[in-house]
Amino acid sequence: MAAARPLPRLDNDNRFFWTGGADGRLRLLQCQDCRTFVHPPRPVCRNCLSERVEPTEVAGTGVVDTFTVNHQKFHPAMEVPYVIARVAIDGAPGVILTTNIVGCPVDSVVIGDRVRARFEQHDDVWLPLFEKIAA
Amino acid sequence: MKGQAYITGVGMSEVAVRQTRHPLLLTLDAVREALDEAGLTIGQIDGVSTYPGRMPAYLGFSPVGADELIDALGIRARWYAGGGEISSQLGAVVAAATAVRAGLARHVICFRTVYEAAAMARPDEYPPLRRDRVDGASQWTAPFGAISAANWTAQYAMRHVSKYGLTREQLAQVALTDRAHAALNPRALVREPLTMEQYLSARMISTPLCLYDCDRFTDASTVLIVSSGDALDEVRCTPVRIAAMAGSVERHSWDQAEWMACYPTGAELWKHTDYTPADVDTVQLYDGFAFYPITWLEALGFCGVGEGGRFIEGGKRIALDGELPLNTFGGQIGAGRLHGFGFAHESVVQLRGKGGERQIPGDPKVAVATSGGGPLATALLLARD
Ligand SMILES: [Zn+2]
Repeated sequence: MAAARPLPRLDNDNRFFWTGGADGRLRLLQCQDCRTFVHPPRPVCRNCLSERVEPTEVAGTGVVDTFTVNHQKFHPAMEVPYVIARVAIDGAPGVILTTNIVGCPVDSVVIGDRVRARFEQHDDVWLPLFEKIAA
Repeated sequence: MKGQAYITGVGMSEVAVRQTRHPLLLTLDAVREALDEAGLTIGQIDGVSTYPGRMPAYLGFSPVGADELIDALGIRARWYAGGGEISSQLGAVVAAATAVRAGLARHVICFRTVYEAAAMARPDEYPPLRRDRVDGASQWTAPFGAISAANWTAQYAMRHVSKYGLTREQLAQVALTDRAHAALNPRALVREPLTMEQYLSARMISTPLCLYDCDRFTDASTVLIVSSGDALDEVRCTPVRIAAMAGSVERHSWDQAEWMACYPTGAELWKHTDYTPADVDTVQLYDGFAFYPITWLEALGFCGVGEGGRFIEGGKRIALDGELPLNTFGGQIGAGRLHGFGFAHESVVQLRGKGGERQIPGDPKVAVATSGGGPLATALLLARD
């Protein structure tokens, strides 16, 4: 069996994020006082230092902020080439997720592409991958 | 000058891959050379500073810590520091300079020892980093196969391609310049020049970065001795003054940050000096990936943001006889992955006129050395008074 890809170690800070895909929802921490989204998840708001931060469902769409096509076999579980992208998440200003753009030729991704989350389960983790939204 | 910090001795071990010499002894080789150059003895050393400290989880990346060096060499340290949570590799020099300026030490050994090629060859002795479950910052990138800094850096580079029209031919000038200069450096890891044709036909690692845009694992140690201005009567070399230093970050993250830390760092550097970019005779800019020097040139104000590609186009400007010679020792791409310290080492060599075949013409007095990429950035302005 091929080695598994590196997966996050779940803890009380990050579990809501990595398991949100179980019901198909992308969730991010949001400050209940100033509405700032806090990512990576931490028990305090980086804008107002409030500790009232709660997982909040977002639309699960976004825009490709930038990307790269990786050709190097850095990990035995990852077939190359694949697209790594930073996706700016709709409705969560300032939050960017590093992810993969899947379901399209690797040379078809450009900055500004509109994308939607599509979860892929690996053990107890649901990775939010993204696919292009047809124009 | 009193109250100032100087680099007095510089030293380097043999630079090679798959070395069998103990990493502590490689460090000792570099220490000996630096002491000899400065005219100091180990008994006069009273401080040690390193980056990132001994890393038990990934010994190849950093096999020797400050604690160990102090004990192994019998150093009587009045001050020491070593750690990774600092502005980047040359942050260890910033810490040392701050310490000597504060009177906490007189002569500080700063070192960076790397053993990644040896570790790959001897995994039983130097186990690779385990990646079955990741935490901390890695969890946001590694699960998506964004495992290497090449991937993280490539995304910033892609933005330059898309937004500012950076071309492969422009980017190539970093590797071509590095390799041309490395050919003149007897200690460089790679001594064969690189042609544009070879560059353009290289395989991609992570677009737009190709094989020749990446440094490669190296085994070596580099040492810089930082001395107090109050202790210059004890050295017998031409001291090089640390005229300004900066290491800043707007947001410490590879993917949440809008842009890399070199930009605020470059701007910060000039706030601490009367020198301006026009005074700089040579730049030694971190090139773990070839895209970085382009961003450092922009960040330091040698050109505008987005103009870095055009600034180095054709390569004449950054050649040994150009108006702003870049990475005259070959950078990490040519000279080996010394990991940040090579840039300060070479600045000192050039400002002392000791560059041999690669010495830049004229009488260089001012250099900038940098380290780091992404959320890591340190800049040193070095001057021979
Ligand atoms: Zn808040």
